[in-house]
Amino acid sequence: MSYKSFPGGVHPRDHKQFSAAASVEDMPSPARVVIHLSQHIGSPSTPIVKVGDEVKTGQLIAEASGFVSIPQHASISGKISKIDRFYHPTGIKQVAIEITSDDQDEWVQLVDEADFMNLSPSEMKERVAAAGICGMGGAGFPTVVKLSPPEDKPIDTVILNGVECEPYLTADYRLMLERGEDIIQGLKLIMKMVDARRGVIGIEANKPDAIELMQRLCAQDPALEVVPLKLKYPQGAEKQLIYAATKRKVPNAGGLPSAVGVVVQNVATAVAIYEAIRYRKPLIERVISVTGRIVKNPKNLKARIGTPYSELVDFCSGLTEPAGKYISGGPMMGFAIPNLDAPVAKGSSGLVIFDTREAHDLEEKDCLRCARCVDVCPMDLMPSLLAMNVKAKNLDMAAKLGLNDCIKCGSCAYVCPAHIRLVQWIETGKVRWAEAQRNPK
Amino acid sequence: MKDKVLVSPAPHLHDSSSIPKVMWNVVLALVPALIAAVYFWGFNALLLTLLGGVSAVFTEALIQKLRKVPISVSDGSAFLTGILLSYNIHANAPWWLPVVGAAFAIAIGKQVFGGLGNNPVNPALLGRAFLLASWPTLMTDGWIAPKGGALSGITNLNLIHSNLQAVSGKAHALVTGATPLNIAQSLRDSTFVNSLTADAGTNMDLANRIFTGITDGSTLQNLFWGNIGGCIGEVSVFALLIGAAWLLWKNIIEWRIPLFYLGTVAVLTFFFGTIPGSGYSFSIPIFHLFSGGLMLGAFFMATDYSTTPMTRKGRIIFGIGCGVLTVLIRFVGGYPEGVSYSILLMNVFTPLIDALTIPKAFGKVKK
Repeated sequence: MSYKSFPGGVHPRDHKQFSAAASVEDMPSPARVVIHLSQHIGSPSTPIVKVGDEVKTGQLIAEASGFVSIPQHASISGKISKIDRFYHPTGIKQVAIEITSDDQDEWVQLVDEADFMNLSPSEMKERVAAAGICGMGGAGFPTVVKLSPPEDKPIDTVILNGVECEPYLTADYRLMLERGEDIIQGLKLIMKMVDARRGVIGIEANKPDAIELMQRLCAQDPALEVVPLKLKYPQGAEKQLIYAATKRKVPNAGGLPSAVGVVVQNVATAVAIYEAIRYRKPLIERVISVTGRIVKNPKNLKARIGTPYSELVDFCSGLTEPAGKYISGGPMMGFAIPNLDAPVAKGSSGLVIFDTREAHDLEEKDCLRCARCVDVCPMDLMPSLLAMNVKAKNLDMAAKLGLNDCIKCGSCAYVCPAHIRLVQWIETGKVRWAEAQRNPK
Repeated sequence: MKDKVLVSPAPHLHDSSSIPKVMWNVVLALVPALIAAVYFWGFNALLLTLLGGVSAVFTEALIQKLRKVPISVSDGSAFLTGILLSYNIHANAPWWLPVVGAAFAIAIGKQVFGGLGNNPVNPALLGRAFLLASWPTLMTDGWIAPKGGALSGITNLNLIHSNLQAVSGKAHALVTGATPLNIAQSLRDSTFVNSLTADAGTNMDLANRIFTGITDGSTLQNLFWGNIGGCIGEVSVFALLIGAAWLLWKNIIEWRIPLFYLGTVAVLTFFFGTIPGSGYSFSIPIFHLFSGGLMLGAFFMATDYSTTPMTRKGRIIFGIGCGVLTVLIRFVGGYPEGVSYSILLMNVFTPLIDALTIPKAFGKVKK
């Protein structure tokens, strides 16, 4: 089998052994959920309920507040108990709706559209929009926006991202093994919506059984194909995945995949799209890996959106040692969070828990100019030079050097022998540069 | 649950590399060359090497104390500079030579600029240049032959020479104190070559044997194993290649600079290597690759992080530049050897090379 890839990148140990063999388990619906209004890129959803309202599972509780926004739904039935600032999976507090369960889990009426594959693309997109789906790989871009590329940018290829290149995480892997057919249905629906003739599923070489299964499922349709990919981080980054699968380079400086005729969706998003179109099911649950060496029983859990992280850990029988770090997401790009109060969000692919030794706090030293960061940067940037310019407040220079092209994959900081927090410096630079653009002196 | 967890920015994984690991691995990679030096010249080679290292560490600690900055000598970088400096001295040098050289290398070559990562040129090579300018005779005279070998690496040079003396009736300066590159330099001089052929007279075989001597199989073998005269750390190509392989495998050095450096030397010596006034080409590439400080320079000096380009294209340019300068100095310049000055000169160009070779971001739109 030939494996495709991209230039640059790093090879962290994948640590997937903890949870790879664990079939997806249904996490019982919790006693309370916290549904954040910002689970996506774009403007926060607008609540349409007030404290005291009774809601059913799947009921709309917050509307999209614009084109780049999504609605939110109740993930359990019960009473709205609070609308306040709660811990967000990114580690800060944001506005969210708290629902206290009535233990009934009474759902809104779903449908089963027999001929869902032949709905009109606009009807399909309406259902996707109504289901409140955003990218479930982590970035959380509203899915319907991605499915509505500009008219002058015809799409010929849909790529499903089954790479899951973040170490530890196994949620997408389990999903491919257990719900392969639904993923294929989702892929076909996406292809209909964007009028693409080719559907590709990108999977990394460390999941041979998923590659084999998806290849078997793709065999029924000549338009579908699995692209096996080299085991290399960040193979699942959108631009790197597109390049590996099609040899096309998404233009830098804000270019979108549609510029090269491609739409990328995560495999979990594909399942959500399928369920939204066929059953009109809103996105109120997702699979999340709860894993790490000190998690007693690492699991892949199908959990309701809004379930507190602490309950996930309890459901995995707790920890065998004191935790050193809680990571919301994967260990390369995820957020270290101060406690387990934050809830599962639509983009929460994993909760990784490190012991006290794995949680290292490395002291920053002066740059050696070893250029390892340059060699591994998948965006062909010079991370140390960017960081240096940000530190020196040469933001224009940093921008000229590609500051805003950084995809914050963290490969540079992963290899830096001087332990410079390159991603943090570059992200700081992006924020300061944007501020300077808004308020020119 | 009481949470006492670390909250720090992503990525939360690290490949566990560190500055000390890098530096001590380079020191480790230099050990085979030291073993070879001790084998050929005895424990004085080890003593001089350690003196350089200790002097560098002491100097760095002293200056850091005066600068009131954290003392960072345990990272190994000063020790590395010290032993690299010693590697550029021959085993017969006085004990204080590496001590002074290493102190200069650290003080003027590194700490003056703010320490590790900020120095513009390779401190060890700057130290060597300082010693060469200050004590030229100590640095270039007094070479000693390796145990059981010849200084020149040419097995029968003495015999050839006495035959030549018998024919012509006079002694030739060629033999005394000559390293392979000294002989190569002599053979570049057409006056010398003419006098040699004249002296040999009808017995051309003698001249031929000198011309071909430095490139015959046994000489090249001596060069490869290090059974020749030279500086402590440079003679054994074999030992240096073991170290280089280690550094490449550990991803501590990158292949572009050494490859383009050595490749440029090979190509240029292949095309411009004939002895003037004779039909002989003594400069087959392998002789030049194996002689002098080229292997030490290409793998251990031209790959110094602080003083060489960070861009991939820049590293190629740097390597080619070093190769061109080395061959220019060896073939046209006044010194028999040009590795250290080539690298020092290219160090100076590093900021310019970097500025001109910044890579285009992935997906850069053509304007």
